Amino acid sequence: MPERVGVFVCHCGQNVAGVLDVEKLRDEISKHPKVVHAEDYVFMCSDPGQERIKRAIEEKELDGVVVAACSPTLHEDTFRRAASSAGLNPYLVEVANIREWVSWPHREEGEAANTKVIRVVRSSIAKLLGNKALESIRVPVTRSVLVIGGGIAGIQAALDIADAGLKVYLVERDPSVGGRMAQLSETFPTLDCPQCILTPKMTNVGHHPNVQLLAYCEVDEISGHAGNFRVGVRRKPTYVDWEKCIGCAACMEVCPVDVPSEYEAGMATRKAIYIPFPQAVPNRAVIDSKNCLRLIHGKGCGLCAKVCPTEAVTFQHDEGNQELEIGAIVVATGLSVMETEEFSEYGYGKLKDVINALQFERILAPSGPTNGEVVRPSDGKVPKEVVFIQCVGSRDPENWKPYCSKICCMYTAKQAMLYRHAVPDGQAYVFYIDIRSDGKGYEEFIHRTMEEERVLYIRGKVGKVYQEGDKLRVIGADTLSGKKVEIDADLVVLATAAIPSLGIEDLANRLRIQLTENGWVKEAHLKLRPLETLTSGIFTAGAAQFPKDITYVVAQASGAAAKALDLLARDEIEREPTIAQVNGDICTACGNCVEVCPYDAVELSEEKVAKVNEVTCQGCGVCVAACPSGAISLLNYDSKQILDMISSLVEGG
Amino acid sequence: MKLAYYPGCTLKGRARNFEETLVVSSSALGVELEELPKWSCCGTVCSLASDDLMRQLAPIRNLIRTQEMGSDGLVAPCAMCYNTMKRANLLVKGDREKLETVNEFMDREVDYDGTVEVLHPLQVFGSIGMHPVRKKASRPLTGLKISPYYGCLLIRPSAVAIDDPRNPRVMELLLEALGAEVVDSPLKAFCCGAYLTINRKDAVANMAHKIIAAATTRGADVMTTSCPLCFFNLDSRQEEVQARYPGATRIPILYFTQLVALALDLGDSCDFTDHYMDPRPLLEERELL
Repeated sequence: MPERVGVFVCHCGQNVAGVLDVEKLRDEISKHPKVVHAEDYVFMCSDPGQERIKRAIEEKELDGVVVAACSPTLHEDTFRRAASSAGLNPYLVEVANIREWVSWPHREEGEAANTKVIRVVRSSIAKLLGNKALESIRVPVTRSVLVIGGGIAGIQAALDIADAGLKVYLVERDPSVGGRMAQLSETFPTLDCPQCILTPKMTNVGHHPNVQLLAYCEVDEISGHAGNFRVGVRRKPTYVDWEKCIGCAACMEVCPVDVPSEYEAGMATRKAIYIPFPQAVPNRAVIDSKNCLRLIHGKGCGLCAKVCPTEAVTFQHDEGNQELEIGAIVVATGLSVMETEEFSEYGYGKLKDVINALQFERILAPSGPTNGEVVRPSDGKVPKEVVFIQCVGSRDPENWKPYCSKICCMYTAKQAMLYRHAVPDGQAYVFYIDIRSDGKGYEEFIHRTMEEERVLYIRGKVGKVYQEGDKLRVIGADTLSGKKVEIDADLVVLATAAIPSLGIEDLANRLRIQLTENGWVKEAHLKLRPLETLTSGIFTAGAAQFPKDITYVVAQASGAAAKALDLLARDEIEREPTIAQVNGDICTACGNCVEVCPYDAVELSEEKVAKVNEVTCQGCGVCVAACPSGAISLLNYDSKQILDMISSLVEGG
Repeated sequence: MKLAYYPGCTLKGRARNFEETLVVSSSALGVELEELPKWSCCGTVCSLASDDLMRQLAPIRNLIRTQEMGSDGLVAPCAMCYNTMKRANLLVKGDREKLETVNEFMDREVDYDGTVEVLHPLQVFGSIGMHPVRKKASRPLTGLKISPYYGCLLIRPSAVAIDDPRNPRVMELLLEALGAEVVDSPLKAFCCGAYLTINRKDAVANMAHKIIAAATTRGADVMTTSCPLCFFNLDSRQEEVQARYPGATRIPILYFTQLVALALDLGDSCDFTDHYMDPRPLLEERELL
């Protein structure tokens, strides 16, 4: 038990000192019987601040330290490292959170805040007095990475990691990698076409010696922890032998079934046996079992098998499972967009010429169903008046999504520009709330769209779109002039809100990572740890975390790759030793802990005692709460410590 | 089913035809409407100021009358009355402090306990279910093409909406149960111009013209509404529409309760003399009168 405690009060500039009387706090705390040293300083986390802690440890022979500062999520590590370099065990350092708990919320409360802060620091001392010196747990790592999602984020992360020499498994649930970027016409602000800039990367990732591409696969069970995950991957049945398939597409010529193409966003059809697009990687066919006549009826048709030159079409339910040993995981599952069907005011998806932006990308794309000729879906006419509506479902907390989808302002400008290139005598209108063009060359791009392409920007929202003859009547408001606007348009393009990829909740549950309320992957710290999830060893990149454009997706993917490489650059990783421990004398082997452990870290041993796997235990404490006999405790968080903390908090009424 | 009933000023004056048909058709559908013994103004326009509780007294007084009758539902057919009372009710239901302030201020009244629900007849009919309505429609409105018009007050703000504010369907379901053919208009929840009808007849004529044209070009024979102000703007202002848009198609406007009464063979309760666009020739031609 620490007998010589030092307390260090941080001013955090004015954050703490501007509200609380730090000197009084220091003086009050020095009266504590175990406190032999107390001081205050403007920024404890700074170098001189850390030096003060080190010096005091050495000079006063401190055997325990409490730093009264900001949240431990910010600087606990900093202070532990400082103490450690002065020879103090890092687990004998506690952080009292006097900023988030006291000075910020009680800014206006004067003396009451000063009373509370003393109790908060005393409770940290109470906890410290029960702490034991611990050594971190060391675990060897598996030097391979699983990347989930084969869009531009996943491809970039996979290539960076593979180039660094580590084995990468890239899992993509669709038959081909490429993701959303492969669907785009051209990309802002440079107007590069994805075929030119994405396809080479797709090919690289398909052929890289260190990348095993697992297309048409889903991630199943995941167990283990940072450095040593075990991941089950299920390959969906393709009904085509990919070893034999040469991607000649002869089967697609003869298949009699047409279904809406996912790749073409429903703007064209595909066959029941299909390769999603000509540049697909891998360039292999799959059969969609829900629509294949042969698979539905169990007999008949089979035209594809007859024409296949390599006899690759088997109609066999060739599902397969494999288990991978993985050191780190990158979640790069990307985004989707809301469908027009959601929006009754814009025709519920019943108006054929009201489409979403992804659908318009396909119409604009030179490789699209119209070969880049801009025609509208209902009758194939060239639209002369096109209305773009931004923020459809975004920035609408009352009805839909509260957030800004981030990419729509720019892609709408791009689409309006490309439309004008394709239809020089056409008029484009853009309804917007604000124009958010905060990127390199973005503002200039918007100005080109407005000034050179004469796209008419109207600040306001559209309340209604309905069919009037062969036109779509668009009724909106121009909130700058205060006038109502009516446009008879040929085509209406909705910039519908970006939403997380379908199935992310399920995947997040299996990965045990958290999502935000809107379903985006939650990062460990929005500003300081944006590439890490709260589950150690699992990183995130790209639009899975939040909508972002290609520039930022690629930057983030390289960042996540670096994070994964950093984790796996060592032979062993250190893990927090603050895990559960069992008192075998009290344990009744009831098994509650085994039931509740979310990490499968507890089991009953042959001696009928609960046994904690120190490698898998995350120290969450669920088993402690579930144990009826109090046999399990969390190291440095035991019940006595918690009761002591509560006592110090309520001392003196 | 017995429910308290709040007519409001218009249903005792210009919209008597609304009240009469509402009461008889409700009764025929098994809902007895018992008029509040002593009702006061509904408050007309809901006050948006959060500290303007004085403006909530009138609507809440009517809720107290309802509470005294021992009814937990108050039926308000006029869309304006429905909207104002429902919003006042929501305001105090969700805020104990405001409720206490109001109760303390009205110290001669019994305290309002916040348990009354304000209902619109379309909700009441909806709760009866369309199957009984269909069974009781002995003179179904077969062949009559009706375009429902909701206006704003029944569906906005969404907290008081009787249906999906973006695409309400309650009137459609009722009309279909009565045997009519529904003509969906994209402008069924458009603004009718409301009180601009007093000093900006031109603006209201413009709105009415669009709303009516949206229904007639889609084949409607009649339009129906549940708001006396919408009724006035769509019916009486057709004179102004004709003057400003020569050749505009005319169309009779009916309260939805009149259509219910006709279908339930209670046509005698319908008084069409106050309609600017007399629906009788059409109804007689279709053998609905």
